[in-house]
Amino acid sequence: MKRYVYINDDELSQDLYCDNRISNRKYTLLNFLPKNLWEQFSRFMNQYFLLIACLQLWPLITPVNPASTWGPLIFIFAVSATKEAWDDYNRYLSDKKANEKEVWVVRQGIKKHIQAQDICVGNVVWLRENEEVPCDLVLIGTSDPQGVCYVETAALDGETDLKTRVIPSACMGIDFELLHKMKGVIECPIPDRDIRRFDANLRLFPPFIDNDLCPLTIKNTILQSCYLRNTEWVCGVAVYTGNETKLGMSRGIPEPKLTAVDAMIDKLTGAIFVFQIVVVIVLGIAGNVWKDTEAVKQWYVLYPKEGPWYELLVIPLRFELLCSIMIPISIKVSLDLVKSLYAKFIDWDNQMIDQETSTRSHATNTAISEDLGQVEYILTDKTGTLTENRMIFRRCCIGGIFYGNESGDALKDVELLNAVSSGSSDVIRFVTVMAICNTVIPVKSKTGAISYKAQSQDEDALVQAAACLHMVFVNKNANTLEINFNASIIQYEVLDTLEFTSDRKRMSVVVKDCQNGKIFLLSKGADEAIIPYACAGQQTRTFTEAVDQYSQLGLRTLCLAWRELKEDEYQDWSLMFKEANSTLVDREWRLAEVCQRLEHDLEILGVTAIEDRLQDGVPETIETLRKAGINFWMLTGDKQNTAIQIALSCNFISPEPKGQLLLINGKTEDEVGRSLDRVLLTMRITTSEPKDVAFVIDGWALEIALKHYRKVFTELAILSRTALCCRVTPSQKAQLVEILKSCDYRTLAIGDGGNDVRMIQQADIGVGISGREGLQAARAADYSIGKFRFLKRLILVHGRYSYNRTAFLSQYSFYKSLLICFIQIFFSFISGVSGTSLFNSVSLMAYNVFYTSIPVLVSVLDKDLSEKTVMQHPQILFYCQAGRLDCYPFYPPYLFTFIFKRKISSCVFHLLELLLMDY
Amino acid sequence: MSSNVPSSSSGAAGSADSSAPRRNSKRPKYSRFTQQELPACKPILTPRWVISAFMLVGIIFIPIGVAALFASREVVEIVDRYETECIPEEFRNDKVNYIQKPGNKPCNRTLTVPKKMKQPIYVYYQLDNFYQNHRRYVKSRSDEQLRNNDSASDTSDCKPEDYANGAPIVPCGLIAWSLFNDTYNFSRNNEQLSLNKKGISWKSDREHKFGKDVYPKNFQNGTLIGGAHLNESIPLSEQEDLIVWMRTAALPTFRKLYGKIEVDLQINDTIQVSLENNYNTYSFNGKKKLVLSTTSWLGGKNDFLGIAYLTVGGICIFLAMAFTVVYLVKPRRLGDPSYLSWNRNPGGH
Repeated sequence: MKRYVYINDDELSQDLYCDNRISNRKYTLLNFLPKNLWEQFSRFMNQYFLLIACLQLWPLITPVNPASTWGPLIFIFAVSATKEAWDDYNRYLSDKKANEKEVWVVRQGIKKHIQAQDICVGNVVWLRENEEVPCDLVLIGTSDPQGVCYVETAALDGETDLKTRVIPSACMGIDFELLHKMKGVIECPIPDRDIRRFDANLRLFPPFIDNDLCPLTIKNTILQSCYLRNTEWVCGVAVYTGNETKLGMSRGIPEPKLTAVDAMIDKLTGAIFVFQIVVVIVLGIAGNVWKDTEAVKQWYVLYPKEGPWYELLVIPLRFELLCSIMIPISIKVSLDLVKSLYAKFIDWDNQMIDQETSTRSHATNTAISEDLGQVEYILTDKTGTLTENRMIFRRCCIGGIFYGNESGDALKDVELLNAVSSGSSDVIRFVTVMAICNTVIPVKSKTGAISYKAQSQDEDALVQAAACLHMVFVNKNANTLEINFNASIIQYEVLDTLEFTSDRKRMSVVVKDCQNGKIFLLSKGADEAIIPYACAGQQTRTFTEAVDQYSQLGLRTLCLAWRELKEDEYQDWSLMFKEANSTLVDREWRLAEVCQRLEHDLEILGVTAIEDRLQDGVPETIETLRKAGINFWMLTGDKQNTAIQIALSCNFISPEPKGQLLLINGKTEDEVGRSLDRVLLTMRITTSEPKDVAFVIDGWALEIALKHYRKVFTELAILSRTALCCRVTPSQKAQLVEILKSCDYRTLAIGDGGNDVRMIQQADIGVGISGREGLQAARAADYSIGKFRFLKRLILVHGRYSYNRTAFLSQYSFYKSLLICFIQIFFSFISGVSGTSLFNSVSLMAYNVFYTSIPVLVSVLDKDLSEKTVMQHPQILFYCQAGRLDCYPFYPPYLFTFIFKRKISSCVFHLLELLLMDY
Repeated sequence: MSSNVPSSSSGAAGSADSSAPRRNSKRPKYSRFTQQELPACKPILTPRWVISAFMLVGIIFIPIGVAALFASREVVEIVDRYETECIPEEFRNDKVNYIQKPGNKPCNRTLTVPKKMKQPIYVYYQLDNFYQNHRRYVKSRSDEQLRNNDSASDTSDCKPEDYANGAPIVPCGLIAWSLFNDTYNFSRNNEQLSLNKKGISWKSDREHKFGKDVYPKNFQNGTLIGGAHLNESIPLSEQEDLIVWMRTAALPTFRKLYGKIEVDLQINDTIQVSLENNYNTYSFNGKKKLVLSTTSWLGGKNDFLGIAYLTVGGICIFLAMAFTVVYLVKPRRLGDPSYLSWNRNPGGH
């Protein structure tokens, strides 16, 4: 399916696609009441209460005034309807504001000021600096002579850095005035939600250039809700409008998460409902029998000889109404209330503020706090979660010489500084690659200082380090880079950028030295993505050793390489690259393949080592939570050695001989299978020993294990308290969460970057660290915290208290309703099984609301143990994990004692009351 | 760290700027509520505390129990079951038939006072196996009609005793219709004992629930006669027997106040009761009893409260003793972490 957008053609596309009216509303004024009621009544509990309330309208069977059920029912409905209405009204207001914003659009060749909602597909839209983009646009012109503009995409993906967008090559150099009259067609896919992909083609009609197909990528678009920055004006063609934009498509209400306690309450409600039906049937039969044998003798009751046809149903229905209070009507409302308070307590907590950035913890999802107290598995990202994600260039190895040592960084190493100043060609090339093989944008402030806008912290660190080595990356103008090396400006023209993907694990740029016209390929990437492609003659052993040595120290390594390209080789490849770039299907894969053709026979220049320091308090946090019986899995994109080093340094695994690491590796199905079996066997043997056993698996083996040995791997997952998964992709992270969830474990996923989003959404509880990789993870998460160490407090204090309070509150709700119901049932035995209510309506209402519901809400402030005690003895959490609420009243024998206990207590209460009442 | 790179700090400053407005707008003041640090008392149940609490409860409860028991024992109660004896020998095989016959059914009973009874002496009738709490019965009344003269026709709840001969019944409903109609007269040594029938009902009932201007109308005029008739010239607020009867009992065995004897009765006095046995409890084998009782500060004769207090007090004393013994024989250090479950069997939990 494709969409053809005709630029500036007012007639053609007007009716074909929706206009730019954004609507997030769920209801309209007319359908609000029916739709909302319908939604509320689709819940079983509400249907039940409605049925009861309707039955109560029949005076023959109602034991109490119908108002005692209708009142609370209408109140509860009104509360949720008002909440929905208020949310919807706010959505309406924000929609209206967006829809009525004025924008400049070209209509019939003239620039007009119209409302944003009237933009049609194909219109040319003009935007000024700092304006919000009203719909998805394909750029056709900017104020910048190079055709570049900068956008901030924070609203879309949470990343705060500026991103560059360029106009398609075909539109380059078109005069400002001519843009009004431009005609052409954009062939693009039907709307989807992928904000990182836009595989389209542009063909301009004469008189504008030729009929050449010009490929379009996401780089050529600016999407709805982004802001234009640092650019005077841009203009673009609307391709997706209204609710069909990338943002509009990805909008949507996520599936609400249900906590274990919620599920338990639902189950308990079901069980009580069944019990209630049994009671009704038994008492109904008993009542009818009593009526036919005894009541006929009681002349003062004056039963008629022949009753109406529904005579037999009257007594069971009366008991149904009497017993309806067994299921507490208020439980949902009071639980929602206390849960939102738990969330507020998390927001308010002064001990969970990150002092450095002054970010508070925030509970986005207010409904699942008690699940925090039941966590059994924590799956954590490494970079930015356990570590600070503040990259510092520490060491490097250039051409076999190691710079930097224990006493100091490479940047302070005199030898390196000397090598740079003396102009050693290896070192110069190395530093050049550091400085320009990246996607960093230098921004000159008014004072002349240069700051860098980088998407990757590693690149930032490398550019900063290069600057220290006198290779200052000064300016980037579209395709031209300027480097200030030892006070002389060197210019490079960027011909192509072969971008980083997590599959390729490397990125390259093709640049042309403006002085001598030579073309170079500069690459950097993970060792296994670079070293195998070294040119035949080169000795790579020293580099492999360097990588090993650095990762032993817990440093992140990157290999830098380059190759001089011949003019014709580049031209040939460039054609292929263009073609791959303009494919619509599987573009990413095609690109990777084409890139592969250029990235070979590399001359490896050296290895950089970047340190990512551990966050404060990480080892202590992991140890405490471990003691609390929580198992940790580390899922990282880093390589095995680095991951193991970090794991050791943060108490994640114990060093030998206390701990043992079992490696699962292999490249083929058989190897992995054997490896898995071996590890599983060791794991089974060592479970009885007091030894910390952890398994380590890399992404490749994991892929095979998940595909072919899922069962074995699941068993391993259950046995192992600790695991390290290296080189895993975002989707593998999500799959691992899925495996643990399928074994009925409560999982918590914590991460900070875009690659953790899927895992965070998949897990029972997602925690995002509002860190340096943007806010993407924090937005997708249920909870966002500033630092990893707050996790301890979040689980042990907030999670545990929330669980205890909810457990108490829900148990109490059922207890008090069962209690009063059993009094009614027992009273029926001495009132001729006729369904008389012992209490009048007012007393019943007062009991349910004033005596037992409102005062109990105070229990949200209850603390069974002080925070200090819990922190000292995290083992206390076992009781929450085991699910105090889950297991005890629900097994049949326990259910019996549960009811029996209440029977006795209600019996005693009832007897006392009657005895005191009567005499 | 990277202080030697001037530009890095500016980058950091930029990111701090962006979060600055957020920081200022969202900083609630510190309060003990938001930090969950409200003052609370957390009593630790140390052995001493537990033992003294039990001891205290025991020491308080046992005297109360003893006092309550004494008070209950002081009450003098004469109970006379008469439903069988008051039927002449020849009708004992068909009591229902006898009771349903029209005409007076007099019966004489003699009671002996076992102990001196101080006035006021309350006279009750006690019915057994009578379900005043039956749903059909208990709902069959119209409070509106009883209170208000204008709502005489408000009889919707009173079925089947709502209309008779086309006119609403006042007071309507099964409860009023089945009003108890045995009567008692007491004499001592052939001298009439006056029975005060005023003030036997609840004051609030007389004043608020039964109207001063509501007079019985069309009562017991239907085909079926239930219980007593009412004097149509006396307003409902003064028909105290009806008021007492209309306050329905919660249990199938109940006593209702009939009147008060306001003279002291001496030991071995014989009291002749001449009663009219009219009320039909025979069709459902209900007992009828006449009860004369004095009261104490605790009410009527009821040992339950005293026994309950004594039992609880006794158990508490016993527990206090038992805990003391355990405490002395096998003392335990307070807050010893080695007793925690995860410390007792390491590894497993």
